[in-house]
Amino acid sequence: MARMTYREALRAAMREAMSADPRVFLMGEDVGRYGGAFAVSLGMLDEFGPERIRDTPLSESTFVGAGIGAALGGMRPIVEVMTVNFSLLALDQVLNNAAALRHMSGGQFSVPMVVRMATGGGRGLAAQHSHSLEGWYAHIPGIKVLTPATVADARGLLLAALEEPDPVFVFEHATLYPLEGETEDGTPMQIGRAACRRAGRDVSLFTYGGSLGKCLAAADQLAGEGIEAEVIDLRTLRPLDTGAVIESVSKTRHAVVVDEAWRTGSFAAEVSALIMERAFDELDAPVARVCSAEVPMPYAKHLEDAALPQPESIASAVRQMF
Amino acid sequence: MAEFRMPKLGADMSAGKLVAWRKQPGERFERGEIIAVVETDKTAIEIESFATGVLEKILVEPGDARIPVGTPLAIMAVEAGTLPPAEAPRAEAAAPRAAAPAPRPAAAPRAPVPEGARAKASPVARRRALELGIDLAIVTGTGPEGRVTLEDVEQASSARPAPSPAAAAPESRQQRMRDAIATSMARSKREIPHYYLATTIDMAKLDAWLEAANRERPITARLLYGVLLVKAVALALREVPELNGFWIEGRAAQSEAIHPGVAISLRGGGLVAPALHDADKRTLDDLMAAFTDLVKRARVGSLKSSEVIDPTITITSLGERGVESIFGIIYPPQLALVGFGKPVERPWVVEGKVCARKVITATLSGDHRATDGHRGALFLDALGRLLQEPEKL
Repeated sequence: MARMTYREALRAAMREAMSADPRVFLMGEDVGRYGGAFAVSLGMLDEFGPERIRDTPLSESTFVGAGIGAALGGMRPIVEVMTVNFSLLALDQVLNNAAALRHMSGGQFSVPMVVRMATGGGRGLAAQHSHSLEGWYAHIPGIKVLTPATVADARGLLLAALEEPDPVFVFEHATLYPLEGETEDGTPMQIGRAACRRAGRDVSLFTYGGSLGKCLAAADQLAGEGIEAEVIDLRTLRPLDTGAVIESVSKTRHAVVVDEAWRTGSFAAEVSALIMERAFDELDAPVARVCSAEVPMPYAKHLEDAALPQPESIASAVRQMF
Repeated sequence: MAEFRMPKLGADMSAGKLVAWRKQPGERFERGEIIAVVETDKTAIEIESFATGVLEKILVEPGDARIPVGTPLAIMAVEAGTLPPAEAPRAEAAAPRAAAPAPRPAAAPRAPVPEGARAKASPVARRRALELGIDLAIVTGTGPEGRVTLEDVEQASSARPAPSPAAAAPESRQQRMRDAIATSMARSKREIPHYYLATTIDMAKLDAWLEAANRERPITARLLYGVLLVKAVALALREVPELNGFWIEGRAAQSEAIHPGVAISLRGGGLVAPALHDADKRTLDDLMAAFTDLVKRARVGSLKSSEVIDPTITITSLGERGVESIFGIIYPPQLALVGFGKPVERPWVVEGKVCARKVITATLSGDHRATDGHRGALFLDALGRLLQEPEKL
């Protein structure tokens, strides 16, 4: 057990993997000399040298493609894309190569690559730098999508990702990097398992990543009003822990899905549809969603706050169910 | 397989007594045939089948005093294609699931709820209600938009009269009748914003026509003016259909069919208002025969379920008791009630001269949520006009 920040937990996992396996290396924009745009890889260049901590040109398609090639060639690359906003330039590599090659080659090739990127809004960075597009990635069969929301998960899920034989995408909500918490040393977690972060009998809040803290705050508010909210951290969007979702909603019979992405076609819509398909007869109220306003993210702080899910809007959605 | 359930024979009926089976296991029945007799708080009612089929198995023996609405009473095999047209496509669409949807019309003919309108309830509330044998239509929903929630069903279940000594004690029929009237009339006055209109109608032409018409008929077939009033009301409703139907889930649902319920007072107190079906389409002689039959059967307590369920408006008359005008209380979920007083001779101005004339006061109690006084006035106007041309009734 060790106490550290979210960014330190990610660094710890990468160091553990690189120390244990010489095939593991990190590449991305500014990961070496600058120590990473979010200081995740700070100090790693000194420790592992320029062969294994590689700064890349500003060309997402190129270095994600290079990561796929390295993985096909027997390496275990960790590719850091600065943020999800820029990852769109590499989407063709992801969709048409990384996700498809195992299937297209009849299982002869695999792409054991881990791609890490920051995601989410809330930092005053406006319309082009505040996206939450992990739901788009979760649409793609052939890859796994992890969304660690706690310090322990940042370390344990990244370690698990590095053991996977297929591409894994890790979405790190940018507001979580300074978060502090306890972690386990060198213990990979199981991918595809949701976690109950707070038990409750009245309503289930399904969320992941940067919205977990907001849901817990909403649950605190609601507890003061006599509504016991259960908070389920999905942790992995693909594969989704459907059993945990059904089990929780079967207990509380009320579901609110909280997702920082835009509502239309969101991952929240997927969870909502799942509940309707698999737990229709358990529901005592229509499933509610709390998502971001369907606008390009405003720059002004008060407008950005209003556009994003907040503890108050989550609690309000819950109140309307009763 | 289909379940034949305790039907809901009135907006406020929550339970009934199974008096007798009219069909035995293995016996075939046609659509419209009487299958069982159920006693409500008001009267004994013969339950008709809404489909053709065979009674397979009886689940409840006659005698139990308070069987909740919706409780399965028997299993029956229903022939496809014998359901009423409105139900048939649904049964067809759900064919792979055996006859599951088919029993509904036959089994639980809900109160006069038109097709398409159903109580809002959550999926889990529906499932639990099915398990507990509770009719969702009698459960008050406390969720958003009045939705029935799981908790509401559980509460309705625990509030259901347990077979306690007090409940088991046989109450007098009069008392139960009073209780039933109290419930529905209190609900009406609580929920329905009534408006009242009255008009006085010249009866001279009607009287003259009736006298001539009855001269040609044997005594047993003579027409009563009450039947002409019913026919005139039915025809006036064609002109103002907004008054004919039900208030369901926050809005008016007009009924295309015109089934006036005629209030019949019972010996020993209380009343029932069974339907004269399709009164607008029937001849006066046909209506007269049906009315006589209805009164007779209402008083001996053998009404049919469709007669109890179907009325789309109520007509009441206290003329026999000498009352000149009546402002009645609407029978929920109907939208209106028409009242007639006693025909009386009054000074009346005809072509500028005062003369003695027989007149009758017709009144309308309307649900202001569904219609305004303007529509109500058009209805009374049409009624008065129709009664001036009795030969066309």
